Amino acid sequence: MSALDFVVLIGSMLGIAAYGVWHTRGNRGLNTYLKGDSKTAWFAIGLSVMATQASAITFLSTPGQGYLDGLGFVQIYFGLPIALIIIAAVFLPMFRRLNVYTAYEYLGRRFDTKTRLLGTALFLVQRGLGAGLTIYAPSIVLATVFAWPLDLTIISSGLVVIVYTVMGGSSAVTVTQKYQLAVIFAGMVTAFCLVVFKLPAGLSFTDTFALAGGFQKLNAVDFSTDVHQRYTFWSGLLGGTFLMLAYFGTDQSQVQRYLGGASLREGRLGLMFNAICKIPMQFFILLLGVLIFVFYQFEQPPLFFNATLSHYLAAHPSDERLHAYETGYQSLHDQANQQLKDWLKARHDGDRAAAAAAFAGALTAHQQGENIREEAEKSLSQISATTTATDADYVFITFILHQLPHGVIGLLVAAFFGAALSSKAAELNALGSSTTVDFYRSIIKRDATDQHSLLATKWFTAFWGLVAIAFALYAHLVENLIQAVNILGSIFYGVMLGLFVVAFFIRHVGGSAVFWSALVSQALIFFLYFTLPISYLWYPLIGCAACVILSIFLQSFFKAVAETGNRNRT
Amino acid sequence: MKPSTANESVESEADETGLPWLRTWNQVYLLVIIHFAIWILLLVALTDCFS
Repeated sequence: MSALDFVVLIGSMLGIAAYGVWHTRGNRGLNTYLKGDSKTAWFAIGLSVMATQASAITFLSTPGQGYLDGLGFVQIYFGLPIALIIIAAVFLPMFRRLNVYTAYEYLGRRFDTKTRLLGTALFLVQRGLGAGLTIYAPSIVLATVFAWPLDLTIISSGLVVIVYTVMGGSSAVTVTQKYQLAVIFAGMVTAFCLVVFKLPAGLSFTDTFALAGGFQKLNAVDFSTDVHQRYTFWSGLLGGTFLMLAYFGTDQSQVQRYLGGASLREGRLGLMFNAICKIPMQFFILLLGVLIFVFYQFEQPPLFFNATLSHYLAAHPSDERLHAYETGYQSLHDQANQQLKDWLKARHDGDRAAAAAAFAGALTAHQQGENIREEAEKSLSQISATTTATDADYVFITFILHQLPHGVIGLLVAAFFGAALSSKAAELNALGSSTTVDFYRSIIKRDATDQHSLLATKWFTAFWGLVAIAFALYAHLVENLIQAVNILGSIFYGVMLGLFVVAFFIRHVGGSAVFWSALVSQALIFFLYFTLPISYLWYPLIGCAACVILSIFLQSFFKAVAETGNRNRT
Repeated sequence: MKPSTANESVESEADETGLPWLRTWNQVYLLVIIHFAIWILLLVALTDCFS
C-alpha cells in the first residue's frame, strides 16, 4: 500500500468513527444504548439491516465464491424477500406492540422464563461463534496487506472493534453504518468498473459471458431436486425462507436494528428496502468474482491466492516437488490462455467448429491445472497443518493488491474495515444487550438500575468480543467464510424460529411443551448435521418443523396426563 | 417490559404506507414479489443462455 492508500483508509475510517462519537455524544441512557433513539427513519433502518448482514465476509469472500463456483450461491437469498414480507407483516408489529428490548423478552411474556432463556442461549451460542468468523475476515486483509502474522491481526482488529462498540452502543452503530455502507458501495462499484476495464481488448460483453458460461460460472439457477446438492432453486426458496426468517426475525443483531425505528412504518419500509436490494446486490458481488475469473484466464494467477502458502513455497526453494507444481500450473495456464485466444479469434471470424475445438482445449488445460492445484494443496497440508488452503477468501484481496491502482486499494481496504466494523459492532451490541436484558436483569440482578445495566451491557459486550477473538483464532479451519457463517446459522436458526412460530401462531401450546420440543429438535439437528449429508439450507426448515410438530404433540400429551391426574384425584 | 400505550397510538397511524403510488401494505408486498419474480426470470434466462 502507498501513502495515498493509507490517507484514504485512515481518513475514511477515522472520519466515520469520529462522526459516530460526535453524533451520539449526549446519549447516556440504557434505552438509547440498547435500541437507539427510536427516531430512526426507514432509509437508515434499511441500510443498518443491510450493513449488519453484509459483513466484511460478504465483500471479501463472496467474490472468491463467485470465482471458484460461479453464481449458484445467489440462490441462498431466494427466500429472503418472502421472509422479510412475513417479518414486516407479522413479527415486527408483535415486537413493537410489546415494546421489548430483545426478541427473547417476547418469549418470556408468551411462555415462561426457561423458554426465554433457551431462546437467548441459542442466539448467544451461534452469534458468539459467528462473531468469531466476522472478526477473521478483516484479519485476512491485514495479514495479506502488511504480511503480519494472522493471529496478531485477529487479536488487534478484534480489540479495535470491541473498543468501538463498547463506546458507541446501538445508536452509534446505526448512525455510522450508513456512511460505512457508502464507503463499501463506492469501493465495490469502483472494483467492478476496474475489473471490466482490465479485461483484454477485443473481449466484448457477450464474449465475456460466453467464456464464463463455458466454464460453468453463470449457472445461477439450478432446478435440481437433489437434497444433497448445496445450492438449488428449491433449497434456496424453501430452506432459504426459513433461514432468512430466522435470521432477520429472531436474531437479536437484526431485531435490534428495526426495533429502533421511529414507527412501524419506518421498520417495515426498511425491511422492504432490503427485500428489493439484497438479491441484485449479491448477484453483482458474485458477478465481480466471475469477472475476476475471466480476467485471470488471460493473466497468470498464482498457484494459491492464500499468501501464507505462497510464502511457504518462497521459503523452501529446495522443495522441488512443490515448485514442480507451480511450474506445471503456469505451463497449463499458458496453454489454456493460447486456446482461449484462438477461441476468441475463431468466434469473431464466425468459425464455430474451430471455436468449439479451441474452447474444449482450454477447458481440458484448465481442468488439468485445477488437478495440479488440488495435488499441491494436499501435499502442503501434509507438510504443515497450518497451511490449509482457504483460497476463496484470498482471491479478491489478492486481485485488489496486485491489479488495482493506489488510492483504490486504500478505498477497498477501507470498505472491508467499514463492513467489519458495522456488522461486528451490531453483533457485539446485540450479544451484550441480550446477555444483560435476558440473563443478567431477569435472573441475577432483578433490581438493577438503568445505570448499572448500562455498565453491565458494556462489560458483556467486551466479554463477547473476547470470545469472538478466541474463536477467530481457529477460523482458518473452515473451508470458506461466507459458507461457514451460513452453515453455523442454519444449525441453530431452525429451532429458534420454531420457538417464535409456536409463540405467534399456536396459542394453545405452553412453555414446557415448547421448551422440551426445542431441546429435542436441536439435538435432532446436531444428529442430522453429523450423519446426513444434505444441503445445510434444509436444516432451518427441519428444525422449525420439528419444534412446531413436537410442541403440538407434547402439549396434547401434557394435557392428557393432567386430565388423567385430575380424574384420579376426583 | 414497559407500558405500550404511546407506542400503540403511533402504530395505529402506521397502517398507511405514506408512499405516493402504493397506499396499502399489501400493494408494497406485491411489488416486492413482482420484483423478486422478475429477478428469478432474469437469472434463469442468464443460466439458459450461457451454460
